[in-house]
Amino acid sequence: MALVDIRNLTRVFDVSKPWLNRVVERRDKAYLTAVSDVSFEIAERSVYALVGESGSGKSTIGKMLVGLQGPTSGAVEIRGTDLARERDAAKIDAVRRDIQMIFQDPYASLNPRWKVRDIIVEPVAARGGDTAGMAERLLEQVGLSARDAGKFPHEFSGGQRQRICIARALASEPKLIVCDEPTSALDVSVQAQVLNLMSDLKDEFGLTYLFISHDLTVVQHMADRIGVLYLGRLVEEASPDQLFDDPKHPYTQMLLAAAPKLDAFGRDVSPPTGEIPDPINPPKGCAYHPRCPLAAEICSAERPEMRDIRGARVACHMAE
Amino acid sequence: MAEISPSPVEPSRLRRAFDSDFAYKFRTSPVAVVSATVVLLMVLSAVFAPLIAPYNPFDPGSLNLMNGFSKPMEPNAFTGDTFWLGTDDQGRDVFSTILYGMRISLFVGAAAVLFAMVLGVTLGLIAGYLGGWTETIIMRVADVQLTFPAILVAMLIFGIAKGVTPVEYRDQMAIWVLILAIGLSDWVQFARVVRGATLVEKNKEYVQAARLIGRTKAAIMLRHILPNVLSPVLVIATISLALAIIAEATLSFLGVGAPPTQPSLGTLIRIGQGFLFSGEWWILLFPAVTLLALALSVNLLGDWLRDALNPRLR
Repeated sequence: MALVDIRNLTRVFDVSKPWLNRVVERRDKAYLTAVSDVSFEIAERSVYALVGESGSGKSTIGKMLVGLQGPTSGAVEIRGTDLARERDAAKIDAVRRDIQMIFQDPYASLNPRWKVRDIIVEPVAARGGDTAGMAERLLEQVGLSARDAGKFPHEFSGGQRQRICIARALASEPKLIVCDEPTSALDVSVQAQVLNLMSDLKDEFGLTYLFISHDLTVVQHMADRIGVLYLGRLVEEASPDQLFDDPKHPYTQMLLAAAPKLDAFGRDVSPPTGEIPDPINPPKGCAYHPRCPLAAEICSAERPEMRDIRGARVACHMAE
Repeated sequence: MAEISPSPVEPSRLRRAFDSDFAYKFRTSPVAVVSATVVLLMVLSAVFAPLIAPYNPFDPGSLNLMNGFSKPMEPNAFTGDTFWLGTDDQGRDVFSTILYGMRISLFVGAAAVLFAMVLGVTLGLIAGYLGGWTETIIMRVADVQLTFPAILVAMLIFGIAKGVTPVEYRDQMAIWVLILAIGLSDWVQFARVVRGATLVEKNKEYVQAARLIGRTKAAIMLRHILPNVLSPVLVIATISLALAIIAEATLSFLGVGAPPTQPSLGTLIRIGQGFLFSGEWWILLFPAVTLLALALSVNLLGDWLRDALNPRLR
């Protein structure tokens, strides 16, 4: 059984103007569909990567997974427990202990008034656990010094802060860590160090990652499975080798064509054409059809279902 | 990781405080040093008034009516006693009454600010973090209260409270009613600033990190957000202290504040102004100058604190 089972997950945000403005301007309520009917599974001890442009709904999926936001419809089950519907406090707490999150901005994700020691042990201390020596041990595990426990976050660089975030995420001995663009705020050289650390820790602690990123090259080497999001919909899901060698969805093909490659020096890179449509009024049928070179009549009429094609899952009428 | 340098000796807490940015700015600002000295002197002399004051102006046994209206620094014509700042009509030493009056003024001011701060910070945190209807109700009450002058609100509360307390307790209760009235007229400042800062903090990722491990709303507000919204509160509290002292003096001057049995600086000024036109200027002037120096110093200190704690002016 998969560790995480996400079924038909949908999240709609109410982005209407205040009531009085709507009455005066004679407008209807406006809804933004950030995530639309997304289904996938994450196997235990694997790395699942979600990639997509800004506004494709990848962070929203991550927040729903850890229970920071509730889904509008659909379900997120972690070992059979749905955080949004479960009423048994003990079960909720057991699941919460098993999930942790690493955030994008290492400057905002550590409380500036707390010492590093208190920050790291909070997930355990909040449940009344024994925390003696825990911060020092975890700091050494993420490549910092035990002495750093008594310092404040502002005494560290971005990469070091992200290591502290990782140490905090490990404190409650979780099974699953949701990483929301953990390296996008870091320098390229530091990115590699943090990514290496994360893969080492994965093997050491038997972790499962949901890795959210907009950068295909970052996830290529870490992921076991990659899901490509477009306008809140999952358009393709495949293993990295399949995805990079034989992309089936035209959107994935465009993303890969636009990605910089070392061995293609001097080659003409085809830039992405068109822009992401307005998520408040998404196109009918397949969301990608206005930009798609293969689009046919059916694409603007009918939303494509996920189909299995040679081990990959693709949502496209034309792909084969 | 290899040790690059031997571990440095940890400097003591006092040494670190002295070397801090904040302490340096304080030392290099003459205004801050002077006003802090004045405030500190006044607070100390108010606290130790019974030890410093040459007379106890509220012990009828030690008063001598013959000493009435002694001029400052001149021996009294009848008794030969000399009073630094003169005496009032009942022969009370003005210097001693000022020391005792400052006690009442500072106590009422500080307690009122403390009360307003606790109330305002709590309501501001709740409004900012919970949002929705809770926020609407709290902030609309604050807005309505802001449309009235604070002194009017304080007089209203004082009047109501006086009406409901039994006559025999009125004088004892007067100080506490005064604190309540000034505090209730001043909490809005704190609530507004704390709500604004909370709105900024609550969307930061460290709050999300605390939410996802299942921390309760109360724990997040108290342990995570509160420490991060406190520095503007400190500034407002200092400036509010000056305002509260003035408000108390105004109420006492108008005769609705501290009773004559426990005179504050405002009460002393009210008593003194009756003698101004008959030539006994010292009864009014010295308490008034003390009030001015106190309020001005606290205000200047507050202004300096606001600049020193403002990250944009660094």
